[in-house]
Amino acid sequence: MAMERVWPLTAEEQEATTKPSAAGTPTVIVDDLHIVYKVYGATSAEEKGNAATALLRLVKRQGRPQMREVHAVKGVSFVARHGDAIGIIGRNGSGKSTLLRAIAGLLPPHSGAVYTDGQPSLLGVNAALMKELTGERNITLGCYAMGMTPSEVRAKYDEIVDFSGIGEFVQFPMSTYSSGMGARLRFAIASAKVHDVLLIDEALATGDREFRKRSQKRIMQMRESAGTVFLVAHNLDVIEETCNRVIWLHKGKIKMDGDPAEVIGAYNKA
Amino acid sequence: MSQPDSAVADAQGGAATESLAALAKRHGLRRAIARPSLPFYVGQLWARRHFVLKYATSRNVSKYSQSMLGQLWQLLTPLLNAGVYYLMFGVILDQKKDISNYTAFLITGVFIFTFTQRTVSGGAKSISNNLSLIRALHFPRAALPLAYAVQELQQLLWSMLVLIGIVVLTGEPITLYWLLIPVALVLQLTFNIGASLFMARVGAFARDMNQLLPFIMRTWLYASGVFFSIPDRVADLPESLAFVQYIMELNPAAAYIELMRDLLIQSHTPPQWAWTTAIFWAVFALVIGFWYFWRAEERYGRG
Repeated sequence: MAMERVWPLTAEEQEATTKPSAAGTPTVIVDDLHIVYKVYGATSAEEKGNAATALLRLVKRQGRPQMREVHAVKGVSFVARHGDAIGIIGRNGSGKSTLLRAIAGLLPPHSGAVYTDGQPSLLGVNAALMKELTGERNITLGCYAMGMTPSEVRAKYDEIVDFSGIGEFVQFPMSTYSSGMGARLRFAIASAKVHDVLLIDEALATGDREFRKRSQKRIMQMRESAGTVFLVAHNLDVIEETCNRVIWLHKGKIKMDGDPAEVIGAYNKA
Repeated sequence: MSQPDSAVADAQGGAATESLAALAKRHGLRRAIARPSLPFYVGQLWARRHFVLKYATSRNVSKYSQSMLGQLWQLLTPLLNAGVYYLMFGVILDQKKDISNYTAFLITGVFIFTFTQRTVSGGAKSISNNLSLIRALHFPRAALPLAYAVQELQQLLWSMLVLIGIVVLTGEPITLYWLLIPVALVLQLTFNIGASLFMARVGAFARDMNQLLPFIMRTWLYASGVFFSIPDRVADLPESLAFVQYIMELNPAAAYIELMRDLLIQSHTPPQWAWTTAIFWAVFALVIGFWYFWRAEERYGRG
């Protein structure tokens, strides 16, 4: 992998610097990406999940029928550049989250490739948090999970508490939080770290209007420092206000890619 | 493919004839998925040490957070365990006749074996139980089985407190040998980490392992001389089967149990090669386990 990074300046490259180029240099290139993943434990209506049928399947050498393959992303290509904030829209199950995970390098391509500059990070620390623990412990735990050092955590701690606006609830277990408070704290923790390429999946779905405004501002800041932000959301207003480009995914394929107003307009009509 | 490469490039205002792969090359972008080299991986893991410790502590705290007695259970659980095993094997089955200070003998065996058993079982589940974490964040995956091992170590330190109390109460003197207790525990911990890393990879890809593991563990428990003394048990075997004793004593769990009994109980004589066996298994398990786990690093959570 080191080989790919050290790229000698070829004639082509020198020529490239003189070429007229678009807004910025590419940060993420997705090249004919296909993602297929396996799901365990999925059964269809006619299969009953009891031991006798399982034994019968073994005897008949039918392998593992409860394992299904899902072809979630089917040939997606695009180039994202510095300064882009790209919204990804589409119905449930259209492959939005899968695409983000693939860009983050957390799902391997079935075919095709994702090329990135640096390590894109998914704004999702939720999985590391434990709801039985206090907000305070979860802040530290979440920050460590994202790879921060103890001094970085100490420096950011107050800011996280302030931004989440949960106040004295930070001393209470997260299981006692309202869903809005939980979402605010999660977003505050996740956005405490500086990222190269940032992928945001439904982070703004909950929370009140005031918090949504603040987090949108935070995303704008991150976009300035990060270079590229990807945003998945069902709330189209958020996308239209935050993004300068929108990709519409439909059944794992790109249906439309371009100006937010245009794409969202077409999406609403469909 | 939904769109030809050139169309995408056109839309971006770039070179119309260039393929996306070439564009990526030209700008020095690289593919995201690759396994780091072994030394680099160790470095990454070291950088995540705070996460490992915090995750372990958090899991221990959250485990008892719903109960009224809370963290007191860290102490109560080993105490109750000791009581139950003593009732079963010391009183009801009356195993104690040939072994002096059977109480200390038994409780040492149970606690030391439990440490290895729980770490290895935890390791086997550490990947499959944390798929959402693996699919959301980048970190060296070995941090998960390591965190489980640290969690069990924290639990063991409470158990050792109970154990030392029991040993003293049953009349064993405090000797200089006790200074070797941490050494024995470090050796066992090293073995546990190695075995747990190995089982973590096995458990991540062979999902039926978690159903099978309790049976393997119970067999291991019965073979490790927790309730009986291995030399006594094989004494009746014919001369031609004498090697059975050596095989049983080569078992790593038996070695760590015997080591601790040797340190804590004066009248106990350990097998000749206990320290050698213990050191060998620690080094062997860690090297093989770590290497084996690392070999699949980029594939965890991708099933």
